[in-house]
Amino acid sequence: MIDKIAASIGEALAGIADGSTVMIGGFGTAGIPGELIDGLIEQGARDLTIVNNNAGNADYGLAALLKTGRVRKIICSFPRQADSHVFDELYRSGRIELELIPQGNLAERIRAAGAGIGAFFTPTGYGTDLAKGKETREIGGKNYVLEHPIHGDVALIKAERGDRWGNLTFRKAARNFGPVMAMGAKKTVATVHEIVPLGALDPEAIVTPGIFVSKIVKIARVATQAGGFKQAA
Amino acid sequence: MAYQRRSKDELARRVARDIHDGAYVNLGIGMPTLVANHLPAGIEVILHSENGILGMGPAPSADREDFDLINAGKQPVTLLPGGAYFHHADSFAMMRGGHLDICVLGAFQVSATGDLANWHTGEKDAIPAVGGAMDLAIGAKQTWVMMDLLTKKGESKVVAQCSYPLTGIGCVKRIYSDVATLACTPQGLELIDLVEGLSPAQLQELVGLPIAA
Repeated sequence: MIDKIAASIGEALAGIADGSTVMIGGFGTAGIPGELIDGLIEQGARDLTIVNNNAGNADYGLAALLKTGRVRKIICSFPRQADSHVFDELYRSGRIELELIPQGNLAERIRAAGAGIGAFFTPTGYGTDLAKGKETREIGGKNYVLEHPIHGDVALIKAERGDRWGNLTFRKAARNFGPVMAMGAKKTVATVHEIVPLGALDPEAIVTPGIFVSKIVKIARVATQAGGFKQAA
Repeated sequence: MAYQRRSKDELARRVARDIHDGAYVNLGIGMPTLVANHLPAGIEVILHSENGILGMGPAPSADREDFDLINAGKQPVTLLPGGAYFHHADSFAMMRGGHLDICVLGAFQVSATGDLANWHTGEKDAIPAVGGAMDLAIGAKQTWVMMDLLTKKGESKVVAQCSYPLTGIGCVKRIYSDVATLACTPQGLELIDLVEGLSPAQLQELVGLPIAA
């Protein structure tokens, strides 16, 4: 029997090794798996490479993880925020490596990993500092940059509903990086607000099929600065 | 002769006037978001937000804010009937794949041939951040820039060659500024319109580059 439901976050995150590349979903306040990030801090893996759109806000979530000093490198599109002081300090003092990637290339490189693509030519970034040193090619009169996939060892994502096969639905713009990260990592852990019996999710509406998901864990539905919502919809 | 600069709202209205019925449009963070307030009555325009929304509606009242429904600027928004959510790879495929009709962006500098610099001022100690700027710049069928023509120091932001780090090459089709609307072509600038009281010769002097009529 397939049962991907983990009883606790600790159980879901067990076995994340030092040196892992960890993809973390979320954009702004939407879709950040705050509970899983806290769980990763508790789990204690070090020397991590983190893939996220941003590089943490204030002192919670990803910023708190960075503060532990266990992150060697961050791969993201937009680290600078009004309240990204934890990252700013680490970056300025040379204690964290940054790979800055245009947001669409970031999403596509993750998707490419999940889709088994060896590399792909993208027009985004051609002729800019972010394409320096990368192979380029003119195809059909247009210029492209060769980009390689980003493979995750683990993806931590926030979904809305799930079942024991790991099928997932998301909520509104909280979907963002979740589905592609689930594809791009060897192991994917998703939090959900509701676990439903097999067959309860409309098969036409399942966004991420369970084949891309390793563990789901139920979390409370609370509105926080790092996710959730004020109004039940 | 004295001329009156377009206010931010007048500029937004000027941009909005050129958006056609049925257009799929991405409005960049900052001044371009104002364009949404000035779309002509009687046309349907579908707004795209790169974090995964088509059919984005206006901001909700404070008590209806939903942290799962935000725009690319991370502000709470709403979804119009008929709107849709999708993941990031699909969202950026809409740009890169040329499905989006118009993208309106702010800029530090634009070259006469449409090179765009809008992501980095190039300062050594600045923390770089690019977000979707490079994807947006080259992705839409038409990329328009909306900005004041001059910097606070009075230097033209329309230049022969960008001195700031580039976001994209030859990607800007039009510049909507507070004093004139210009087209960027492989041959250089062309005048579309200018504010009352400003002559083409005066505009050319402000920009410091040839502008074809």
